Amino acid sequence: MFKRSDQDSRRPVHIVVDGAAVAAREGDTVSAALLASGRDVRRATAVSGAPRLPYCMMGVCFDCLVTIDGVGNRQGCLVPVAEGMQIEIQKGKREIGR
Amino acid sequence: MNGTPKRDNYDVVVIGAGPAGLAAAATVAEAGLSTLLLDENAGAGGQVWRAITSTPVTERDRLGADYWAGANLVEAVRSSGAEIIQRATVWSLDRNLEVGVSVGGASSFVKARRAILATGALERPFPIPGWTLPGVMTAGAAQTMLKSSGLVPDGRTVIAGQGPLLWLLAAQILRLGGRIDRILDTTERRNYFAALPHAFAFATSPYFAKGLALMREVRAKVPVVTGVSELAAAGDGQLATVTYKAGSRRETIPAELLLLHQGVVPNVNLAMAAAIEHRWDDVQLCWSPVLDHDGNTSVDGIAIAGDGAGIGGAESAIVRGRIAARAAVEALAPASAAKLAPMATYRASLAKAERGRAFLDTLFRPARQFRIPSGDTIVCRCEEVTAKDILDAVAIGATGPNQLKAYRRSGMGPCQGRLCGLTVTELMAQARGKTPQEIGYYRLRAPVKPITLAELAAVPKTESDVQAVVRG
Amino acid sequence: MSKEYDVAVVGGGLLGSAIAWGLGRLGKKVVVLDEGDIAKRASRANFALVWVQSKGLGMPAYTGWTMRASESWSKLAAELKDQTGLDVALQQNGGFHLTLGEDEFEQRAQLVTRMHNQVGAADYKMEMLSASEVRKMLPLIGPEVSGGSFCPLDGHVNSLRTFRAFHTGLKLFGVDYLPERPVSAIFRSGGEFRLSTPQGEIRAGKVVLSAGNANQSLAPMVGLSAPMGPTRGQIVVTERTMPFLPHPLTTIRQTDEGTVMIGDSKEDQLDDRTLNHSVSAVMADRAQRMFPHLARLNVVRTWSGIRVMPQDGFPIYDQSESAPGAFVTCCHSGVTLASNHAFEIARMVAQGALEPELVGAFSARRFDANHAATGSGYY
Repeated sequence: MFKRSDQDSRRPVHIVVDGAAVAAREGDTVSAALLASGRDVRRATAVSGAPRLPYCMMGVCFDCLVTIDGVGNRQGCLVPVAEGMQIEIQKGKREIGR
Repeated sequence: MNGTPKRDNYDVVVIGAGPAGLAAAATVAEAGLSTLLLDENAGAGGQVWRAITSTPVTERDRLGADYWAGANLVEAVRSSGAEIIQRATVWSLDRNLEVGVSVGGASSFVKARRAILATGALERPFPIPGWTLPGVMTAGAAQTMLKSSGLVPDGRTVIAGQGPLLWLLAAQILRLGGRIDRILDTTERRNYFAALPHAFAFATSPYFAKGLALMREVRAKVPVVTGVSELAAAGDGQLATVTYKAGSRRETIPAELLLLHQGVVPNVNLAMAAAIEHRWDDVQLCWSPVLDHDGNTSVDGIAIAGDGAGIGGAESAIVRGRIAARAAVEALAPASAAKLAPMATYRASLAKAERGRAFLDTLFRPARQFRIPSGDTIVCRCEEVTAKDILDAVAIGATGPNQLKAYRRSGMGPCQGRLCGLTVTELMAQARGKTPQEIGYYRLRAPVKPITLAELAAVPKTESDVQAVVRG
Repeated sequence: MSKEYDVAVVGGGLLGSAIAWGLGRLGKKVVVLDEGDIAKRASRANFALVWVQSKGLGMPAYTGWTMRASESWSKLAAELKDQTGLDVALQQNGGFHLTLGEDEFEQRAQLVTRMHNQVGAADYKMEMLSASEVRKMLPLIGPEVSGGSFCPLDGHVNSLRTFRAFHTGLKLFGVDYLPERPVSAIFRSGGEFRLSTPQGEIRAGKVVLSAGNANQSLAPMVGLSAPMGPTRGQIVVTERTMPFLPHPLTTIRQTDEGTVMIGDSKEDQLDDRTLNHSVSAVMADRAQRMFPHLARLNVVRTWSGIRVMPQDGFPIYDQSESAPGAFVTCCHSGVTLASNHAFEIARMVAQGALEPELVGAFSARRFDANHAATGSGYY
C-alpha cells in the first residue's frame, strides 16, 4: 500500500509486531511503521469486530488503536516507535489489565 | 521538550504548535510573558508543517516552499523563552483557565492568566459507502505519512474529493515517486459559477498561481475525472474497488488505497468543552467559535487563533496567532506591547492573507450528497451507527445530537464526535427541516481526549471531594 | 391543536415515557410533552441500576414498592423486547456495595442491621460478606476491599436502550410524543386540562406531571405540591473492555456494550455543564482500589447530571383533590421503578385514582406534617 521514499536515510528501529521482527525508521509513528511493514495490520473494532486500518493519522479518528508494550487501545499514530517495542494488533475489545 | 510543566501557573498557555500556536507563543514569550506551549505531536509544526524538524524528505522542492516556511517560526519559538512540551495531551480546560494536561501518562493542572487555543483543523468527514474499509484514508493521513516518514502510495491508488490540499498532496506523492491511478474531482460544476464574483480577489491572491501550477503538474501525469457526483468504496474486509458517477457515466475501478478529502473544518472539541460559544457557519458548513477582532471567545481570558477559529489557512493562522498574542500582551503587560508590531500592521497582513478565501470557500463547498449520507452508510465510525439508524431515532422523537446519543450512542466512542458530529447535525437538520444552528451539537465535556483511570485518580482531591462520593 | 387526549404526560424522560407507554399499552390516547435536545435529563445521566438493597430506611413502604418493581422488571423487559425487538440487557443476579477499609465495612454493616430491624419492611436478603467471600464472586477485587453488602435481588439494565425502547414503543402504541414543548401553564376548565406550550395549547382529560425537578413549579398549577431537593452527580465512563465484572456494584458497573461506568458523587452544585475533576478523581481512585485492573483503562467520557430527588429522598405519587384527574409523579431511581410506572402507576392513572394500599405512603401530604422523615430513598 505504501513504500518508503529513496530519500529516507533515517536510522532503522527494530520493533516486534505480533511476534515478528519489523524494521521501522527513527521518527516513524507506530501506525506509519505498521502500514509500511506490508503486513496485515488490520485491527477489529470493539463494537462489531469489523476490520479497520488507520484513517486520519493525526490523532482524531481512533482507528489506529493498537496494543503497545502490553497496553491496549493506544493511538498508534501518536506514538513514535522505539527499539524493541512490542506491538500487538488488537482484535475486538481491549482486555482488562492490558 | 518532554516532561511535565515546570510551573503551576503561566501568563499565557498556548495549546497547539501549528502556525497559529507557534506565532502566538513566540510573540508572547518575546514580550517577556511566561509562556507554555503544549502540543500533542512528537514535533512542532502542526499538520501543515508536520515533522518539519525531522522529515526524511530532505530535497526541499519535493514538499514545496510553503512547507519549509515553517522552519523559521519553529526556530523563533525555540529561542523565545517559551516552555515547549511535545506529546502533551490537553484533556481539560475550564472557565477558570485551569488546563488539564497529560504528559507521558501523568496528568497535571496548570493555571493560565490567558489561554490561546490553536487546535487547528481536522478533515471534514467524508461519509460515503465503505469509508470505514481498510484502505480508505484521508488525504491528510497520506500527507502525514509522506512528510513524517517519507511514505508514498505504491499500489493502485485513487484520490477523491476536492480542495487545495488534494492537489498539493497529489503533487507531493508524484514528486516522491508514488503512484496515483486516478483523481476523482467532486467539485460541483455550479460552484464555479457561484465562485465567479470572488474570482478577481482570488486571481490576485497568492493561492492563484500556486494552485494553477500544482494542478498543471498533476494533470500532466494522472487522469483526472471531474464532475464526480457519486462515490462508493467496496471490498470484503479490505478496499477492492471504487465506484463513481460523473455526468451519466458510472465506472467501477480496482483500488487498494482510496484517499478522501473535502476540505478541513475547525477542531472544536476543546473549545466546546470549555463552554465557548460556537455558531454554525453557513459558508464553511461547520461550527466556528464566536470571536471578537482579537480572537477573544465568550469565555473571559480564552482566545482562539488559527483554523480552529474558522478556516483561513496557514498564512492567516500565523497572523491570527500574533493578533491573539498581542491582545494577551496588551492585557497582561501593556508596557511590553510597545515592543510588538502595531495591531494595525497585523490586521493589514490578515486582510492580505485572507484574500481569496471566499473564492475557495465557495468553489470548494462540498456537495450535499457527500456531507449527508443515507441508508446503511456509517455516520459514527466509533459506534458504527448508520444514517438510517439516525433517521430512525429522529422518527421516535430525537430532536438533536444529544437525544440521539441517548438513543443510538453516536458520538459516545473514543473520537467523541470528531468524525460524526457535523454529519449528525446536518443529517438531523435535513430530516427535521431545521437549520444546523437550531439542531445544535453534542454537548462536549472533559476529557476531550482519553486519559487513563489511574491518571484521573491521581488528580489532587480534598476531604470535601471524598465526602461527595463516599456514602454508607 | 384541536386533538383531544385521554391523558397528557408532561415530561418525556424515563418516568414520563414509562407511564405513557403503560397508558398506551392500555389503549389510552396519550400525548407526551417534552423539552428539546438540551435539557436537564436524568434519563440520560443515570447509573442504570435496578437496585433494591438499602432502599427504604425510614419508610418501609418504599422497600416494598422497590421490591415489587424489581420483581416485575423482567416482565417489562420481555414486553419491550416483544414489541420493539430491543433487548434492554436486564441482569438481576445480585449486586454489591463494596467497602474499602474497616471503617467503611463497619458503617455498612450497621446500615444492614438497621434495615433488617426496621419494622414492616419486606426482607430482601441483604447481607454482609467478608472480603474472601466477595472474592469468590468477584475474583478481581483488590487488597483494600474489606468486604461489602450483597443483595441477590439487585441488578442493572441498559437504561439508554430502555429509554429508546419506551420511545419506540410509544410510537407503536400511537402515543404522540411532542418534543420542544415545555409546559408553561396548566388550567382546568370544562372537565379537561389545557396545557400551554410555545407551540400551542394541548387539551386532555387527565394530566400526569413527570417533569422531574420541574414538577416543583408545575404541581401547584393543579393544586398539588412536589417539594424537591435536587443534587448533582458525576459519572466517569471508560472505553469498552472485555467482560470482567459479573455483578453490578453501587458505584461500578460494566455495561453490556463493555464500557465501565463509575459513579457517582452527590454535590450541592446544580450546574450540569461543569465538572469537578477532583470529585471524579475520588471516584476513579476508589474504583481502581476496588479493581486494580481498571487503572490502565482509558476514560472516554465524564458527565454531571442533576438528580431528580424529592426532598426526603422517597417518591412522590399524588393526585389532586381540587383538580381531579391531575397526578404528580416524581422520584429518584426512575430506572429501578420503571416497571412499576409502566404497569402500576399507568393502570391507576387510567382508572382515575391512585391505590392507597400500594402508593398511599408516597403522597406529598407527608411533607405537611413536621415529622417528615429523611431517609434512604437513595442508597
